[in-house]
Amino acid sequence: MSGVEIYPIISLTLFFTVFITMLIIVWKMPKKNIEELSNMPLDNQSNTIDND
Amino acid sequence: MDKEQFYYDNKIVKMFLIATVLWGVVGMLVGLIVAFLFIFPNILEGISWLSFGRLRPLHTNAVIFAFVGNSIFMGVYYSMQRLLKTRMFSDALSKIHFWGWQLIIVAAAVTLPLGLTSSKEYAELEWPIDIAITLIWVVFGINMIGTILKRRQRHIYVAIWFYLATFVTVAVLHIFNNLELPVSAFKSYSIYAGVQDALVQWWYGHNAVAFFLTTPVLGLMYYFVPKVANRPVYSYRLSIIHFWSLIFIYIWAGPHHLLYTALPEWAQNLGTVFSVMLIFPSWGGMINGLLTLRGAWDKVREDPILKFFVVSITGYGMSTFEGPMLSFKNLNAIAHFTDWIVAHVHIGALAWNGFMAAGIIYWLAGKLWKTDLYSKKLANIHFWLGTLGILFYALPLYVAGFTQAAMWKQFNPDGTLVYGNFLETVTQIMPMYAMRAFGGTLYLVGFILLAYNVIMTAKAGSTVEDELAEAAPLKKISAARMAGEGFHSWLERRTILFTALIVLAIAIGGAVEIIPLLTVDSNIPKITSVKPYTPLELEGRDIYIREGCNNCHSQMIRPFRSEVERYGEYSKAGEFVYDFPFLWGSKRTGPDVHRVGGKYNDNWHFNHMIDPRSTSPGSIMPRYPWLVKNDLDISNTTGKVNAMVKLGVPYTQFDLDKAVYLLQSQAKEVENNLRQDPEFVKNYGSANIQDKEIVALIAYLQRLGTDINAESAE
Repeated sequence: MSGVEIYPIISLTLFFTVFITMLIIVWKMPKKNIEELSNMPLDNQSNTIDND
Repeated sequence: MDKEQFYYDNKIVKMFLIATVLWGVVGMLVGLIVAFLFIFPNILEGISWLSFGRLRPLHTNAVIFAFVGNSIFMGVYYSMQRLLKTRMFSDALSKIHFWGWQLIIVAAAVTLPLGLTSSKEYAELEWPIDIAITLIWVVFGINMIGTILKRRQRHIYVAIWFYLATFVTVAVLHIFNNLELPVSAFKSYSIYAGVQDALVQWWYGHNAVAFFLTTPVLGLMYYFVPKVANRPVYSYRLSIIHFWSLIFIYIWAGPHHLLYTALPEWAQNLGTVFSVMLIFPSWGGMINGLLTLRGAWDKVREDPILKFFVVSITGYGMSTFEGPMLSFKNLNAIAHFTDWIVAHVHIGALAWNGFMAAGIIYWLAGKLWKTDLYSKKLANIHFWLGTLGILFYALPLYVAGFTQAAMWKQFNPDGTLVYGNFLETVTQIMPMYAMRAFGGTLYLVGFILLAYNVIMTAKAGSTVEDELAEAAPLKKISAARMAGEGFHSWLERRTILFTALIVLAIAIGGAVEIIPLLTVDSNIPKITSVKPYTPLELEGRDIYIREGCNNCHSQMIRPFRSEVERYGEYSKAGEFVYDFPFLWGSKRTGPDVHRVGGKYNDNWHFNHMIDPRSTSPGSIMPRYPWLVKNDLDISNTTGKVNAMVKLGVPYTQFDLDKAVYLLQSQAKEVENNLRQDPEFVKNYGSANIQDKEIVALIAYLQRLGTDINAESAE
């Protein structure tokens, strides 16, 4: 089964690289951005005119 | 900047809501009928299109694609317009999507009971419907992406990432798993065989759970839970980690459905590792959902909608804990093929999907018809009936699963099986099946209360279908990252790039799993004595598929002492190379049949099909009287053999030219065997049994698993 083992190894490496990068990106995310973004589902009420 | 006025399209949301309620009742009702067939196998006797093997796929498809599917679209169409501050991209596409999807469901509801099935779980629909699904899915995708592109909101919210991932991944899964070669208007063969087909199927099957029953519903959770609780999601950072790690890892986990099977070891191990890892993003999501309600627990006591959400998310947490645990080989050895798995999926379906849909429906009913919900009290009663229903459904089946596994594996000191007769393990758990049916009844009654509540709310409410809103159009800004803008925030406004990254994330896992198996020959060791099916056996196999025998009988003997002792030599990958599609099954309501060939004589099979209880007292298998009445359709036998040749099965030119002749002479042989029994001659002596379907099925069953005997004889 030669040649097969390399697939999982490549992708596992890739996954961990991506995952760690993502953690760093998320960690460094500005707090102001986060508040604005997480309020998105809530601030629609002000845009609706004829109800709510 | 001046604000623009526009209208949200509430009509399409209403339409999907009504469809959700309607198909929910239908899908659960079929489920209940199926549950009753376990305790009263005779109730629908003799009606071919209502037999268990045909109704079970109808139940799963109706619940997954009709009930949950419509509930997803309902939530997506409502939340996307508001999150993007725009009407849907195209009203026409919305309508085509809605009606197309309903037509597909109707087509499924007609074809599955007729036995028109490809046999692959949750992908049973035949090729013309598969094509229709693809087209409608593309319509949905265009409508969604079009809406995203014309948005008035700079960033796309986490819910929409999940919707995008759903669209992309379901498209890929659906297409690759349904690649099939048509042989007639409603019959096709999978282009993959045996082990490869199994791997592609469970890569699909698992990810249908992931990307149809989970990711879109997580999207709904991220919108509706904050909305109803009126507070932002617990952690936006966590939602980013949740999203990317979930979609990346999920796609790898399929092989945990095939542990201890003939699938190569490395693929099984890959599946286990990623399934275990999956617990982290899954629980990240659960925690994020539940903690959104922090400081709002007093509201949960008052508001039935939040109660539904809490139980739903808790159910998600339970089943995503159980999933990774079941992926450990030692636990899987116990649970696989038993009712434990049925309990596991119903925690997901009834709690996670069903309760999330119910909560959203109650909330939307008030919003869409601009009135208060008709009865909060009824919604509360629904909540308690549903919750009790889930418990009464799942707990007995957990007991049943353990009982089955324990009984299947128990040995006497002399090395024989304590419960050598499979039926002893069936009759033992009948009370559990009865309790499960009771639980299902409670759940359905609760859901009917929801239907009534919605109807009464709609009657009292307004019929206005467009909702006026206003928002400022988006200003053009640089495509590049701006000062103070986080990377992910930047990504959230670069939607095309975002989608491309989703594709990349799911493509890696998919490719690593599937490509080696499809390309590396050494993955499936050849067995020289394994030969293609004869034309009659091929027709018999198609009847096995039509009747859905694989819903209750596996064809996969795992390499355990208890299974080898009970069923015979364990199954080898090389034995399935001509199985287009594979028929390993996933549940043993009845015994495995991979080595049933030669185990009983033809008369036993004949009598067993006419009345299973005559040969096997206590059996809960349906009767198949129509197999003795219907003439075998041989109009397409040559076409079927020809299709097999195209798929690479080494039939000779003679086999192809003389397919019908070969079929008829083998059928004659089977009838001659049957005539050894004077009872048969007395009852069916003049019935031309050689022309009937049963002969083909017997020929197929007698062939099963016998090819490797030829090898040991050599």
